[in-house]
Amino acid sequence: MPAADERIIAELGLRRERARSVCDYPNAIRAFSVICFLIVWEIYGRRVDPLLLTYPTAVVQAAWSLIKSGELPRQMLESLTTLAVAFGASVVLGVGFGLVMGRSRVVSAALEPHINALYATPQVALTPLLMMWFGLGFTVKAVVIFLFAFFPILINTASGVRNVSSSTIEVGRAYMASRRQILLKVVFPAAVPFIMAGIRLAIGRAIVGMVVAELFTAITGLGAMLTLYGNLFETAKMFVIVIVLGILGVVLVRATQTLERRMARWKETERAIE
Amino acid sequence: MLEVRQLSKVFFEQNDPRRPGLVALHNVSFSVRNKEFVCLLGPSGCGKTTLIRIIAGLIRADRGEIRVNGKPVTAPGRDRCMVFQQFGLLPWRTVLGNVEFGLEIEGMGRAEREKIAREYLALVGLSGFESYYPHQISGGMQQRVGIARALSKKPDILLMDEPFGAVDAQTREQLQEELLKIWNKTDTTVIFVTHSIDESIYLSDRVIIMQSRPGRIKEEVKIDLPRPRWEGDVKADPRFAELRAQVRESLRT
Repeated sequence: MPAADERIIAELGLRRERARSVCDYPNAIRAFSVICFLIVWEIYGRRVDPLLLTYPTAVVQAAWSLIKSGELPRQMLESLTTLAVAFGASVVLGVGFGLVMGRSRVVSAALEPHINALYATPQVALTPLLMMWFGLGFTVKAVVIFLFAFFPILINTASGVRNVSSSTIEVGRAYMASRRQILLKVVFPAAVPFIMAGIRLAIGRAIVGMVVAELFTAITGLGAMLTLYGNLFETAKMFVIVIVLGILGVVLVRATQTLERRMARWKETERAIE
Repeated sequence: MLEVRQLSKVFFEQNDPRRPGLVALHNVSFSVRNKEFVCLLGPSGCGKTTLIRIIAGLIRADRGEIRVNGKPVTAPGRDRCMVFQQFGLLPWRTVLGNVEFGLEIEGMGRAEREKIAREYLALVGLSGFESYYPHQISGGMQQRVGIARALSKKPDILLMDEPFGAVDAQTREQLQEELLKIWNKTDTTVIFVTHSIDESIYLSDRVIIMQSRPGRIKEEVKIDLPRPRWEGDVKADPRFAELRAQVRESLRT
């Protein structure tokens, strides 16, 4: 009865406390901090050899010229297409294999040594080998991104499935669900919070994979631009790429976090209540 | 009609072959008439939960058999529905979605199962809570969802494994009364596991008292209290006190 609550609160003369000090505006503090940093960088950057360091206004100019010439949008599209295809494949295969591994002890035991070995090897080390097999084009980049992103999704999905309590599965059995129905209507939804956490880990790794592959192949994409302008000592343009990659990472991780929170909402509130 | 004949079940420790097996049930036999309300009463470890799980078809007996209407059962079937101690709700489904679950598994169409689910939610007094998630409602309400879900399948036998063990005492009494009213409206046979003497006497036509090590039936006590029992104070009836003393004595020795 909120009406009664409000009346009592009014009678007692109580009121919600308002934000008063600067501590209550963290966004203002964040903005101030960033502006200070940019000012210091601008002043210091103008005094240093432009080969080694640049400054914010020069970066903005470089960004504008890269956008105007169409080079940045084109290469970015190139990178993002590869990323989307490869990441999509790792989500589909990672969740699929993860479900099977989580449900079947036999499959799990059979695949485990290979997966652990591949996961433990730094994927960067495989890149030169993959270039020999798949050339320098789209394929090799997609394979590298896939290898970076696949394992966290696979491993999280499998452990999410193993984490589904036997009493939950029993509910499915008691209502005569077939194996398939138990997998799709009980196990999969119960494992979604784990799967989403795996996807969030994987998206960060996928971006790393993308840049690594493009740095090695150095033909197209944002990573290739990084190599190119590095070789030309165009520091401001290199910074543009670095900042774009940073923003891309933040945006994608944020997006998956939002998605994760929406899809696993029941889990979060459940935890909060316990 | 449910018949349980010479049922035995032994649990072996999976990881430790040196440990001896535990006899959870030994030669358990009883039968339940249609529309009868029977309580399985006993201390922890007497095998009452094992027994109801075998009847539900969730685990298999090692010896003996169970027949429902003359047909032997070894797996879950649509003639028996289970209400779980921890409610067994699926937390990602709404109240309505949880009640629909059993019908959905059967392959019933969306519109039809929604209609039936709403009917049974109304029966347990949860109309208006369809779109809530289990964690947003109280334990007592969650168990009503569990009961609605089981009843929506129109089972011949409703199996209840300590269904009110996880709710507070007041809610428990309220749920007992409501269960009797709901049972009165349906044609269901109920097998109800509990370790509460009062609960077993208040609810049932017959209390089957079990003993542990090995799990077996000690005695059956017929509850001849008049029905309906929600009118007046049955628990203050002198006959109730006599039955309570009788059951308690039987459990003690």
